[in-house]
Formats: sequence, structure tokens, C-alpha cells
Amino acid sequence: MSARQQLMDAAAKRVLIFDGAFGTQIQNRKLTEADYAGDLGLPADQKGNNDILALTRPDVIGDITRAYLDAGSDVVSTNTFSANRISQADYAAEGLVADINIASGKLARALADEYTAKDGRPRFVAGAIGPTNKTLSLSPDVEDPGYREIDFDELVAVYKEQAAALIEGGVDFILIETVFDTLNAKAGIMAVKQLERDLGRDIPLMISMTLTDLSGRNLSGHTVEAFWYAVRHAKPLTIGLNCSFGAEQLRPHVKVLSQIADTLLMIYPNAGLPNELGEYDEAPETTAGLVADWADHGQVNILGGCCGSTPAHIAAIAKAVAKSEPRKVPHPEPAMRLAGLEPFTVAA
Amino acid sequence: MTQPSSSRFINIGERTNVTGSAAFKKLIMAGDYPAAVEVARQQVENGAQVIDVNMDEGLLDAVHAMTTFLKLIAAEPDIARVPVMIDSSKFHVIEAGLKCVSGKPIVNSISMKEGEAQFLEHARICMDYGAAVVVMAFDEVGQADTKQRKIEICKRAYDLLVAEGFPAEDIIFDPNIFAVATGIEEHDRYGLDFLEAVKEIKAQCPYAKTSGGLSNLSFSFRGNETVRRAMHSVFLYHAIPAGLDMAIVNAGQLDVYDQIDPALRDACEDVILARRSDATERLIDLAESYKGKSVADEKAAEEWRGWAVEKRLEHALVKGIDAHIVDDTEIMRAAIAEAGGRPIEVIEGPLMDGMNVVGDLFGSGKMFLPQVVKSARVMKKAVAHLIPYIEAEKDLLPEEERKAKGKIIMATVKGDVHDIGKNIVGVVLQCNGYDVIDLGVMVPWPTILASANDNKADMIGLSGLITPSLDEMVTVAEEMQRAGMTMPLLIGGATTSKVHTALRIDPAYEGPVIHVLDASRAVGVASKLLSDTQRNDYVAEVEDEYIQVRDARAGRTVSALLSLEDARANAFPADMAAKPAAPAQPGVHVFPDWSLEHLRGLIDWTPFFRAWELHGNYPAILTDEVVGETATHLFADANAMLDQIIAEKWLTARGVAGLWPCGRDGDDIVLDNGTRLPMLRQQVKKSRDRANMCLADFIDPDGDWIGGFAVGIHGIDSHSARFQADKDDYSDILLKALADRFAEAFAEALHQHVRTTLWGYAPGEQLTVEALIKEQYRGIRPAPGYPACPDHSLKPILFDLLDAPTNTGLTLTESFAMWPTAAVSGFYFGHPEAAYFGVARVGPDQVEDYARRREVDLATAERWLRPNLD
Repeated sequence: MSARQQLMDAAAKRVLIFDGAFGTQIQNRKLTEADYAGDLGLPADQKGNNDILALTRPDVIGDITRAYLDAGSDVVSTNTFSANRISQADYAAEGLVADINIASGKLARALADEYTAKDGRPRFVAGAIGPTNKTLSLSPDVEDPGYREIDFDELVAVYKEQAAALIEGGVDFILIETVFDTLNAKAGIMAVKQLERDLGRDIPLMISMTLTDLSGRNLSGHTVEAFWYAVRHAKPLTIGLNCSFGAEQLRPHVKVLSQIADTLLMIYPNAGLPNELGEYDEAPETTAGLVADWADHGQVNILGGCCGSTPAHIAAIAKAVAKSEPRKVPHPEPAMRLAGLEPFTVAA
Repeated sequence: MTQPSSSRFINIGERTNVTGSAAFKKLIMAGDYPAAVEVARQQVENGAQVIDVNMDEGLLDAVHAMTTFLKLIAAEPDIARVPVMIDSSKFHVIEAGLKCVSGKPIVNSISMKEGEAQFLEHARICMDYGAAVVVMAFDEVGQADTKQRKIEICKRAYDLLVAEGFPAEDIIFDPNIFAVATGIEEHDRYGLDFLEAVKEIKAQCPYAKTSGGLSNLSFSFRGNETVRRAMHSVFLYHAIPAGLDMAIVNAGQLDVYDQIDPALRDACEDVILARRSDATERLIDLAESYKGKSVADEKAAEEWRGWAVEKRLEHALVKGIDAHIVDDTEIMRAAIAEAGGRPIEVIEGPLMDGMNVVGDLFGSGKMFLPQVVKSARVMKKAVAHLIPYIEAEKDLLPEEERKAKGKIIMATVKGDVHDIGKNIVGVVLQCNGYDVIDLGVMVPWPTILASANDNKADMIGLSGLITPSLDEMVTVAEEMQRAGMTMPLLIGGATTSKVHTALRIDPAYEGPVIHVLDASRAVGVASKLLSDTQRNDYVAEVEDEYIQVRDARAGRTVSALLSLEDARANAFPADMAAKPAAPAQPGVHVFPDWSLEHLRGLIDWTPFFRAWELHGNYPAILTDEVVGETATHLFADANAMLDQIIAEKWLTARGVAGLWPCGRDGDDIVLDNGTRLPMLRQQVKKSRDRANMCLADFIDPDGDWIGGFAVGIHGIDSHSARFQADKDDYSDILLKALADRFAEAFAEALHQHVRTTLWGYAPGEQLTVEALIKEQYRGIRPAPGYPACPDHSLKPILFDLLDAPTNTGLTLTESFAMWPTAAVSGFYFGHPEAAYFGVARVGPDQVEDYARRREVDLATAERWLRPNLD
């Protein structure tokens, strides 16, 4: 059975669990430049290039993934948020994009398979693709609103390179996450569609938007509903929200998306809002309580954590929703649903 | 006014189209993109729901122009909020555009001109970018000109696209609007062919939409704007009912159908519908006479015009006369300025003095709502005149100047479109010095909350007329609670009640929740809530009342409900020997334009006065000791407006009635075409020999007939917009109230026509208007959402049976409110014993049973039936 079908079957029975943050977990280990750089001989400092650890300290990444699997994750992600040509260029590591993604994919694949073999419960791997630090919809130059740092085709190529390597590494799904610019996500969708044709196979997509203000819009200005209509053509396996703010602030937007999206819903918020020191200090039980409320209302299919979340948060969430009924995917009447920054439905 | 976010005909602006707008072309050719962006902004501000962008000009680098312009408007949230239509005849321009658009756009257009392979290739690319497409009726042979070719090509394209996995709902067909009245005989049927083709394409291609470029139609009349506008309007008037969903059109190039000179309108209709062989010649002849027409207006001088200006202002306010208000305000302003005063003093001085007189008179019951609304109109006009002066010296003013008494957010909740009551309350509050921010109709809760917070409002007022709005109000209250808000929440509208507010809304929100019975109470409530000294006592007092309501409810011995089984055993035993004969004219009958003159005679005036909070029965109310004078004036204004509505044909009464053979299956009425109409049965225990009624009881299980109808009054929008632009709430509310009366009168007229003619079971019926209004006839017309048939969700089924959207132009919101709002729909029962009743409370067993019969889950059924549950 395909991974797509397996995930859908599992999600029909219970609320599934995604993993939590990598960044804060890596920080806690106080790695040195030598840990990061290894013997790759790159001409720039690597400290802070978390993604490259797949090549230089795979044990660290493996331990974190293992901790999430132990905490109850059904789906784990690859540590590849910035493993794209644009972001890696900052570390002069753009030549290693394929290597990093393949290695990360294999690492997560092996661990997922190990846990599946132990108890027979299927574990899945989502190959994570971040938004890059360039935006297709906005000009970085206030004097010239028509200027763009990058164009659509370039970004498609960047995404396609990363996605192809992740697939080669053995991931089940491609997760386009933390979408702050809807047009970037559309480029990611285009990349995966091209890859599907090149490889002649289905590549299930997971898409996750991030909100940048409390009214429920991302940086490019789309409301949650408009975003869904703008990406629905990808027929994603999951749609959802991540990062943004804490669960408390996400609540109304989860409700909206839950009612309109005719696919699985995956939400992985930050562990609350950062405190004055920029640290996330929301207790695991607090986060779990908040997200469990969505599960109790039948609004979610997959729950996890983003910035600041730890294996303890994931374990608490898994425990809190163990008995919850999963969301039933709604089937809205077909209608032409267009979108600018806001949705516009042309009803029958 | 806010429009429902769906279901209505879409005008796609063509002002950002170099082939449609010479002005835009000039800007783009000159590289003046900032000015071009302003054109787009204006279009959106003027209500464009989608903007068409076209850069197809031989001397232009179309890819560069398209991408530059799209990137620029993406940076403007006011513009980018609406979807874009990327319009080009060159696909590479379209694809370049798709790479710049972040939402879900429409591509205009692709076609089979170069064969199927390329057509599907283009479609697949559009699908990869997630765009809807316009498909031109064009194939390898050429553009489709005849009706048959249009249908064949569109159907072929549809089948190809759907087989390729293209979502049917994302397809829009453009079956080509060609020029008519060209003098070439083959062109005579172009208009009619388009109309007929649209109807057929919609039938053969489920979920697909249709569109057209309108300006082609009148190509022969370039230079004669009057005729072009008339042709476009007449064409749309026929095309929309035929199923046209959208058109690319210069909105400024449209007239209101009803306002077109009837001679010109007829001539256009002759051409478009190919009604006579000499239609073209006649239109050309007539076109000559349309050059530079204007209307002159006249004014009459009156005695009070000789008074001092302060006195004139007060008089104008109290009497609600707006004829001279701007002039007088200006005279007053100039006089104050001369004396070294500021423009704000005109408001603070004579205008507020005048409004205080109005407020006192209203407060003491000496002045009534219609007059207050008229006064407000005058005040608004005066203030509008002063605002530029006030703005001009704003920098000189301290922040606190002319601080409003309080700021109130008002909205008709999501799913509901009714706004007469809300508008009245808004006007009353405004003329008492409150700052009212009216969010319009169909407002979702996040907008209400955000607006309240952003504007630092002092309170929120919610309005709604249909029962599902009650649930939505609870949602708003819950969300205010979630958001940690504390500001008072006011609840008003016809279905709201103190009991519902106390039982359902108040417990959902810790801040004060106040049910406001009518507009006259609004000011009192608002002022108490904003008073430092009275607020706490008042809130506590209301809370006490609500607690009492809740206690009374809790302690109430609820009348026992029968089990559904027992209730059914006590069904009403209608004598089926007396059932009406089969209809004389079964099937669906469409009435595209019922005589307003006829309907006028059937108007039930009592509810009209009630809408204005004047209580009493017509005609006695006209001579009532207290309100008689006001009522008489209002009645005169209403009749003057009726004269104008009818003479200038502002409104169109469109209706449909259907009569269908049916049978009965338990409490379901089942039409022979398979449509099932599940009905609800009374379960409250009845005394003595009274039955537990259900509408199905009036239907013979062994074969019978049922009818349905929907009527709506179209055309208020443009007039309403005009009144609002003119700060004339009085005329706006008057018009809406009259449109409602027309709808009710139409329902009465149509019912009579059904009884005497279409069904024909009462051919000789002779009733006076009074007898009609008192329903002294045989048969009933219960409406979904009203007591005998309380579930609003039967409306979509009824609408399908009647094909009401096509036949009457009526649509439904997600809460099943009808749009336009002046509308009535219902079922006809012809049995002589058929009578109205209220279903009232139903038990969980019936809800479950009903859910099963409607094939919905229990939660949905409970939501639909909430007003009838405990």
C-alpha cells in the first residue's frame, strides 16, 4: 500500500502525531564549530548551519529524531528546513545540497523503519522544505515595489533540486512548511509536479502555512481561506498551519481551515509565544491542553510542535489526544473558489 | 453595501485592459505605472470583484508590461485582495503572468483554435499554477458563431478537460458575444444565439460557468454611448437569467434596465432577441434621437426661507427638509468664520441645538422614527459639507475636539442580509451623537472583533432577521469571550428576543449582553452603558433580569412531549375526499415582470408602519391621536416613492410558481420526480381531540399535488447606493421597506393566481384586499423557516424545484437567507382543511428521525432545528 494511503487510513482511526523542533534541541547540545564543519573543508564557518549536521554529526540528528519517535511521533521530518541552494550559499555549502538532503532522508527513513519494525505501527518520513529567505511576492526595496530578488522559475529549480534529493533519500512525503509567501509555496508545488512527471510517480505533498499577524494572514497577505484556495490544486495530503504564534492564538484559524479543507489537517504550533528573553517556556502540559481542545472539537488530524517544542511536548500531546476522535474530512460542494489576498467564491 | 461573497453575477472590470480602455493604454504606453496602479485601485474601490489585466498591444512588450503591472499591484493590499484575471491572446504572456500571481487567478483564455493537443497542454499548465480558465468557443475551424457550434465546441472542450482531471468548477466558457445590428442579415441572431447557447451549455456542463465580453455587442454604435449602454444593459438583463455568471464590462457603461427609455429599451430588445426583421433599421433610426439629454429640476421658495439662518437650520433639522441645508450650512460657516470662529462650531452650535430639539421630541414621544431618520439625513448632509473645512484645520485642533459620545460597531451577522432594522438603529444613534461604524451585512465574526478592537469601540451591536443568525450571534459572543473582550454586546433584530439572549447569548460572554427591543431603546441603552454613574447599576439590573429568565426557564414545568410515534398516531386526519383536483396547469410557471401597479393595490400597510416602529393597524393608524400625523406623512412619502418606482420602473418583480404531483411517505412529502420534502410534526401533548399537526397530513398518500413559489423584488441596489451616497438614509430605508411590501404583495398575488388559474381549485374566488390580507381563502403557503415548516434548510430544495436562481434571480446565503432581501418563498397546500400551525418544540427522537430522512448527520440536523429544541 502507498504511504499516502497508509497515512490516510491511520488518520481515519486516530489523531496522529508529528514531531517537534530541531533547532532548540540542537542548541541545547552546545555544538562547536568543529562539530558543524567536520572534515568537509568548506571555505566558510559552519556553526549555525544545522542542516549540515546530517553529514558531520548524524548521531545528533539521529538522537533527536529517536527522541521524537520515543515520544510517540507517527510522522517525523527531516532536518532540512534550510537545505536549499539559496540558504546554503550563506555557508558556501550550496554544492552539498543534494548530499545533505539525501543523508537526512536516509537517516530519518532508517529510524522510522526501525520503529515500525518494532511494533508494527507505521511511521512516516516527511522531507521538510523551508520557504528560503527570498520572497516572490514582496520587494525588499521600498523605493521599487515592482522589484523582486528572485523569480518564479529560479525558485522552482531551487525547490526541485532539494525535493529530488529528499525523495532519493527515501522520504514518504514532501512537506512545504512555514509558508510565509503563498507564491513561494506555488513554486514549491510546481517543482514537485515537475518532479512527479520526471520520475513518473506520485509524490504526496504536505503544505503548512505560517501566520504573521493575529488577524490570520501570512506575510504575503493571504488569509487562511484564500491560502487554501491558492494551493488546493496541489491536492495535498495534508494542509495546515505551523510556527506562527502559540496554539492559543492559532485557534480561530484552525477552526476556519478545519471547516473548509477537504483534506487532512496538520497543525504544529510553537510552544507558546517567546518570553522577554526570546525563549519558549510554555510547559508541555499547557501546549498539550491547548491543542487537545482542537482534537476534542474534531478539528485536526495530525498534531505536532514547532519552535520551542521538545520531545516532552510531543509526548504530552500524544498522551492528551490518545483517545480523541480524528477530524472527519469535509466535502464541500464544488464551486469556483478564487483568491486574491482574500477568498472569493463564485457559487453555482 | 456589502454583497454576499458568493452567488451573484460578477462584473469584471475592463479598465485595466489596454484593449478595453484607451486611458489605461495611454498610461501603459507612457510607462506611467503608478497612475495605472491607481486605475486598478479605483476599480476595486468601486466594487470590482475580479480585475481583468490585459496588455495585448502590438507596440508593447506584453510580457514585461503584464509582469510589471502584476508585481506592482501585488504590493497594494487594497488591490491584491481581489482575484486577478490574466487576459491575453498569447499563452506565453499568460504563463509569465501566472508566475507573478499569488492567489488563485483566472486565465483568459485558452481554446482549441490550434487543436486539442495544444489546448490540453495549456490547460495542464493552468492546472499546475492552480488557475481557473476561460475557454473561448473556438476550434480548429474558427470562432463559434451559431448556437449549435457554441454548444458543440464548449461541450467538447468540457469533456476533454474533465477527462484530463481539470476541475469542472474551474472552467468558464466564453461562447463569444458578437456585434449585432450590423446590417448584415447573418448577424441578426448573434445575440439570441448567445443567450440560448449559454442556457444549454450550463445544462450540459455541470459546475462550469459562463462569461462574455460585452463591448463587442454594440460595436455598430461606436460614438453613441446612450445606445451602447442601453444595449449592454438589455443584453445582461436577459443573459443573467439564461445563466451568464460573469461578463467583462465597463461598469460605467451600464444603465439600470428599468430606467432605460422604454422606446429605446424595446428597440434594443428587438435587436438582441431578433424579434423582428426590421429591428436593426428601427434601432438605427431611434439612435439618432439620443444626443445630450438632461433633466432640469425646480425648487419652490417658502416662508421659512426668510428666517435667520440659525433658525432655518433648526427648522430644516426638525422638519427633515434637506433642500437648502448645504447652502444654509455654508452661510452659517462663513458667518462664524468671519467672526473668528471655527467650522466645528457650526456643528457644536446650531446643528447640535437642532438635533437636541429632535432628540427631545423623539425622547418624549412627540416625534417618531420616520421623522428622526429624515432629520438625520439633513444632519449628515450638513456635516458632510463641513468635513473638508474641519479636516483642513485639523492640525490646529486638540485631539479631544468634538469627541463622539461613544463608538459603536454595527453589523448584520454572517449568513444574513437583512439590514433595515440595523440601519434604523444606526441612524438613531448617529443623530444622538454616537460614532457608528457600520460593517454592513454578512459580516463574519473575525471582522467584527477586529474592527471593534482596531477602532477602540465602546460596544458592538449585532443584528439579524432569520433564525440561523441567532446561532451566529452566539458564536460572536463566544469569540468575544475567547478574545478576552469586555465591551458590551447589543443584540437586536426581528428573531432575537430577551429570552434567547438570556438563555443562549448572555451565558456565552462575561461582558454585558443587552437585548435591545427596538430602535427607540438604542440611545437609552447606549447612554447608560457609557455613563460612569449609571453603567454598573444598569448592567446589574439587566443581568438580574436575565437570571430571572433563566431561573424561570429552569423551573418551568415544560409541557410534556409525546414520543414521535405517539405524535404520529395523533396525526391530523384530513378528509382526502375533499382534496383539490389536479391543477389546470401543472409544472413551473415563470413571471419575469409582474405588474408593480397591481401589487401596489395589494400592499399590506400595517407591517410597513411597524417597520418604522409606528404601532397600530392601517388605515386607523393614519388618524391615530398620537402617531397619526407622522404616519400620514410617512404614508404620503411612501406613496410618492411608489409613484416614482412604478413610473420609472425602479423595481422588477420576478416570480416563479410550480405545481407537482406527489404522494406521502410518513411525514415526508415525496414528489413524483423523486424529490423528498421531510416535514416536522408537533410533539407537544395536545388537549382533548386536537391533533399533532404536520404539513404532510394535508397530502393524500394515494396521490396528490403540492406547489411551491419564490418571488423577489430586484433593482433596489442602484437606488439604495444613490441614496446612501446622498446621505439619504430616510429614502434608503423607505425604499427597502417598500420592496419588502412588494415582495409580500407579490406572494399574495401569485397565490391568488395559483388558486384561481394555475391550480384552479377556486376559479370563482372573489375577495377584497382586506379579505386577502386576512387570508380568508382556501389553502396555505407556509414558508421554510416559519412556524409550520421551521427548517430554513428546505429552501435549497424548493429553489432547485423551481430553478429559482435562474427563474427569479434569487440566491441563498449559507444560512439560507434569500438575496435580494425583498423575497418570499414557500409551499402551496390546496387541501380545504390545510391551516397554519406552529411545530414548536420537538424531541430528540424526531431530530434523529429527521436527520435520517434528510440524510445528514445529527449535529447538522440539530443546528437546523435549534430554535425548536430545548
